[in-house]
Amino acid sequence: MRTLIVIIQKEFKQILRNPATIKLIFVMPILQLIILPNAADYEIKNINLHIIDHDHSALSRRLTENIRATGYFRIEGYGTDRKAARHAIETEKADIILNIPASFERNLVREGKSGLMIEVNAINGVKGGMGAAYMNSLIHRFNSDIRTEWTGDERFMQAGTIGTTSSFWFNPEMNYSFFMVPGILVLLLTIVAMNLTSINIVREKEIGTIEQINVSPIRKYEFILGKLVPQFILGMVAMTLGFGIARLFYGIVPMGSYLTIYLFAAVYMFTILGIGLLVSNYSATQQQAMLASFFIMMIFVLMSGQYTSIDSMPEWAKWIARVNPVTYFIEVMRRVVLKGAGPGDILPELGIMSAYALLTNSLAVFSYHKRS
Amino acid sequence: MKQFINFIKKEFIHIFRDRRTLFILIGMPMVQILIFGFALTNEVKNSRFGYIDLSHDELSQRLVAEMDASNYFEAAAEFADRDEMEGAFRKGRISFGLVIPDDFSGSFHSTGGTKVQLIADASDPNIANTLVNYATAVIQDMAAGASQGLQIPYVIRPETRMLYNPQLQGAYNFVPGVMAMVLLLVCTMMTALTIVREKENGTMEVLLVSPVKPIKIITAKAVPYLLLSFFNITSILLLSVFVLNVPIRGSLVLLFSESVLFTLVSLSLGLLISSATASQTAAMFISLVGMFLPTVMLSGFMFPIENMPLPLQIISNLVPAKWFYIIVRSVMIKGTGLAIVWKETLILLAMLLFFMGMAIKKFKLRLA
Amino acid sequence: MNEYVITAENLTKSFGDFTAVDRISFEVRRGEIFGFLGANGAGKTTAMRMFCGLILPSSGKASIGGFDVYRETEAIKRNIGYMSQRFSLYDDLTVQENINFYAGIYGMSRKAIREKSAPLLKQLGLEAERNALVGSLPLGWKQKLSFSVAIFHEPKIVFLDEPTGGVDPITRREFWQMIYEASDRDITVFVTTHYMDEAEYCHRVSVMVDGRIEALDTPGGLKKSHGAASMNEVFLQLARKAKRKGD
Repeated sequence: MRTLIVIIQKEFKQILRNPATIKLIFVMPILQLIILPNAADYEIKNINLHIIDHDHSALSRRLTENIRATGYFRIEGYGTDRKAARHAIETEKADIILNIPASFERNLVREGKSGLMIEVNAINGVKGGMGAAYMNSLIHRFNSDIRTEWTGDERFMQAGTIGTTSSFWFNPEMNYSFFMVPGILVLLLTIVAMNLTSINIVREKEIGTIEQINVSPIRKYEFILGKLVPQFILGMVAMTLGFGIARLFYGIVPMGSYLTIYLFAAVYMFTILGIGLLVSNYSATQQQAMLASFFIMMIFVLMSGQYTSIDSMPEWAKWIARVNPVTYFIEVMRRVVLKGAGPGDILPELGIMSAYALLTNSLAVFSYHKRS
Repeated sequence: MKQFINFIKKEFIHIFRDRRTLFILIGMPMVQILIFGFALTNEVKNSRFGYIDLSHDELSQRLVAEMDASNYFEAAAEFADRDEMEGAFRKGRISFGLVIPDDFSGSFHSTGGTKVQLIADASDPNIANTLVNYATAVIQDMAAGASQGLQIPYVIRPETRMLYNPQLQGAYNFVPGVMAMVLLLVCTMMTALTIVREKENGTMEVLLVSPVKPIKIITAKAVPYLLLSFFNITSILLLSVFVLNVPIRGSLVLLFSESVLFTLVSLSLGLLISSATASQTAAMFISLVGMFLPTVMLSGFMFPIENMPLPLQIISNLVPAKWFYIIVRSVMIKGTGLAIVWKETLILLAMLLFFMGMAIKKFKLRLA
Repeated sequence: MNEYVITAENLTKSFGDFTAVDRISFEVRRGEIFGFLGANGAGKTTAMRMFCGLILPSSGKASIGGFDVYRETEAIKRNIGYMSQRFSLYDDLTVQENINFYAGIYGMSRKAIREKSAPLLKQLGLEAERNALVGSLPLGWKQKLSFSVAIFHEPKIVFLDEPTGGVDPITRREFWQMIYEASDRDITVFVTTHYMDEAEYCHRVSVMVDGRIEALDTPGGLKKSHGAASMNEVFLQLARKAKRKGD
C-alpha cells in the first residue's frame, strides 16, 4: 500500500510540475467543448437554389416568389443560362437547380398538366435528398393553391393528399446541443486520457528510469495501479469541469442522476486507461505509442455512433462499433441525460464495461515485464 | 547539396530502422480508408419503425407496406396505443413511429385530404430529422400514386434528378472527407515529432552547431515523409476506386497533384508544431487532441458548413481539410478541373507558405 | 556463515547464436569492492543485468545475497541497489522528491526517509538544492545523488554500471570516497568501469574479454602476473586478444 501511494504521489507531481502541459490538457479540450457542438446542425436551411426560368410567365414568377417566401431557400441565381446554373453547382454556390420549362404556364392552362425539373447536387446524399423533398412538397402546396384558385372548387382542395405532422420525442425542441455536448465530452475525455497514458510507461523506457524501477521489489500491479490512479482522478476532474461547462454554456442538466453517469464513467475511465497502458507496454518509443493510440482512437471516435448511425453500417462494421467502449459510454450518456435512465436501466452496459475494465487492466499488468 | 542529401539519408534511416512505426504509417491510412469508407455514411438505412393503425383499411396497409419496402425503414411492430409505443422507444427497439388516423382511406379521397403523425426519437436530432424527411417523401410518393385515379385538374409534376450521385451513396461524400482527414492527421503526426524528438534527445544541439542552414534541416526532415506520403496517396486512391467504387471523374494528374499539395501543407504544419513545442507530449497533444475533432467537425463532410453559426463558418476556413475536401469532391466526383478549384488551391498554397515560413522562423528563434 | 554474497558458476547468456556472456564463474565477498572490467561489448552490462534480475540467464548458476537468479529474482531485488549507466533519476522531480520516491518503492517509511535524508543532503552538500529540480543540477551532483539514492535503503549489494562516465576527476574521487564509505558499512559494491585508475581502487578486479573472464585477482596481483606497471597495461594486454568488436 505504501509503495502504491509513493508511485501515485510521484505521478501527480510529474503531471502537475509542467504548467504548459496542464494548460494543454485542460484548455484545449474545454475550448473544443465550448465551440464544436455548435457545428452539428443538420437541419436543412439555407439551401442554395438556382432557378432557370425559360417561361417568364406570371406563374413562374409566382412560384419563384413562393419559394423565396418559405425562408428555406436562398435564391442564388435566376436566369435562362443553363451553363451558369451548371457552373453554380460545380463551384458549390448552388445545391439545387429548378428548371422551369418554356411552356410551363401554357401547358398547365391548356393541357391541365405541366412539368418541372429539379436537379440536385447529390454528392452528400442526405442533404441532396432532403433539399429535393422540401422542394417537392413546396411545389405540391403551390399546385394545390393554384388549383383551388383556378377551379374555385373546394372539391379538389387537397383531396388525394396525405399531410404529415411530426413529433420529436425525448428532445422536442430538437436541441442539438443536448445531443452533441455529452457526446463530445465523452470523446474529448477518451482522447485525452488515452493519449496521456499511452506515452506514460514508454516515456520511462525512453528516459531509462524504468530500469531503476524494475530492479526494485515493486509489484507489477502496484506499478500499473500507481500509473492509473492519478490519470483516473484527473479524468474525473476533467469530466466534472465538462459538465460544469455543459450547464453553464448550454444549460444541460441530465434528466437522470449525475451519480449514474459518474458510476459508469468511473468504470469506463479504467477501461480507457487500461488500453492506454497496454499500448504503452507494447511500444518501444513514444512515437510508436502515439501513432498506435492515434490509430485506435480514430476508429473509436468515428465508429462510436456519435457522428453517423450504427444501424446504417454494414454488418462487419457494426461489430467494430459493438466492441468499441466509446459506443457504450455515448449510449449511456444519451440515455441518462436525455431519457432519464437510472442505474437499473444501464445494467447490461455497466456489466460489459466492467468486464472490459477488468480485461484491459489485467492485460496491462500481465504485459508489463520487469524482465526484458 | 551533399550535406542536404546526408541529412535526408539520416532521416530515412530513422524511419526505416523503426519497422513498427513504418508499418503503422503505411498501414494506418489504408485500414482507415477501408473501414471509414464503408462504415461512415450519413445515410440512414433500415431504421426500425412501429405503427399504430386506427383504420386497418386498404390504404393504411398500403402505407405501412410502402414504408417497409423503402430502403430507409423496416416495419418492426404494431402497437395498440402510444404508451406501448413509448415503451418500445425507451428500450431502443424502434427509432421511428407512425400513427395512422381512423377512416384513413375515406378522408384521403375527400376534401382536405388526410394526415398521419410521424414520431421520431429526437435524442439524435440529425437522425430524427432525416427519418422524418424520408418518411414524408415516402408518404407523398404513395399519395401521388394513390391519387392518380382521381380526376384532378391542373397538375404540376416535378421530376427530380440526382446529379453526380444518382444512387445517393454515402461513400461519394465520405470518401473525399475521409481522405482529407486521414492525410492531414497522419502527415501532421509524422512530422510533428521529428524536430522536438531531437530536442529532447539533445541531438538538436549537434545539428544547430553544424554549418547546415535551418531551412535545409527542416526540408530534409520533410522529404522522406513526403515520399512516404506518395505511397499513401496512391494506396488511398487505389482503394477508393477499386474497393470502395468511388469514381475519379476528373483528371488523375490534377487529383494527385492536389493531394501532394495538401500533404505538403500537412507536413509543414507538423514541422511548425514540432519546432514550436518543447516536448513530444506537447507536440502530440496539439497535433492530435487539438486537431482531430475540429477536423472531423469543421471540414464540412460531417456537418454542412452553411448550417453553422457565422463564427464557426469563419473558423472552418482555418481548417486545411475543408479546402482539400472541396477540391477532392469537385475533381473526383464532379469531374471539374482547375478552372473551378483554383481558389481552393491558392488557399492551400498560401497555407503551405505560411506554415513553412513560420516553422523556419520558430526554428531560428531557438538558435538565438 | 557464508561470506560470499555473489556467486556465479558457468553463468551464460546467449541471444540466438550470439553468446554475450560465456560461462563466467566467480565469487564476491561481503563488503568487497569488486571491479568488473571489460571493453565495450565484452558482456559486462549483460552479466550485471542477470545479477539484478532484469534478464534470465541461459544456463549456469548464480546467487545474489543467497537468492537464486532464476527463481528468486523478486527477493534479490529487495536486497540490492542499482545505478544504471543511463541517468536514472527523474529530471522533473526535485532532489527530495526523487529520494522520497525511490526510498518509498523499497518500502521505507516516511519517518525513516525524513530522518535519513537530512544528514544525506548535508553530506552531499545539497541542502540548498533540496527543492531544486534534478534536471537543473550539474552532472557530477546528479551522479553522486544517484548513488546515494541507490544505497538509501541499505541494500546488501549495490550494482554500479559505469557510474562515473563523463564526470570530472575531482567528482570522481569524491564518488569513490562514497563507495569506500559504503563498503565500510558492509555494503558489497559491484562496479563496472572504463577508467583504469578506478580499477586500482577496487579490492579485486576481473577483466572480461569476449564474454569470458580472462583474469581475476587483486590489482596488485594482476600487475605482477602480467609484468605490468599499471592496470592500464594489464587491460591492454588482455583486451588485445579480443575478436569481438566493441560498439
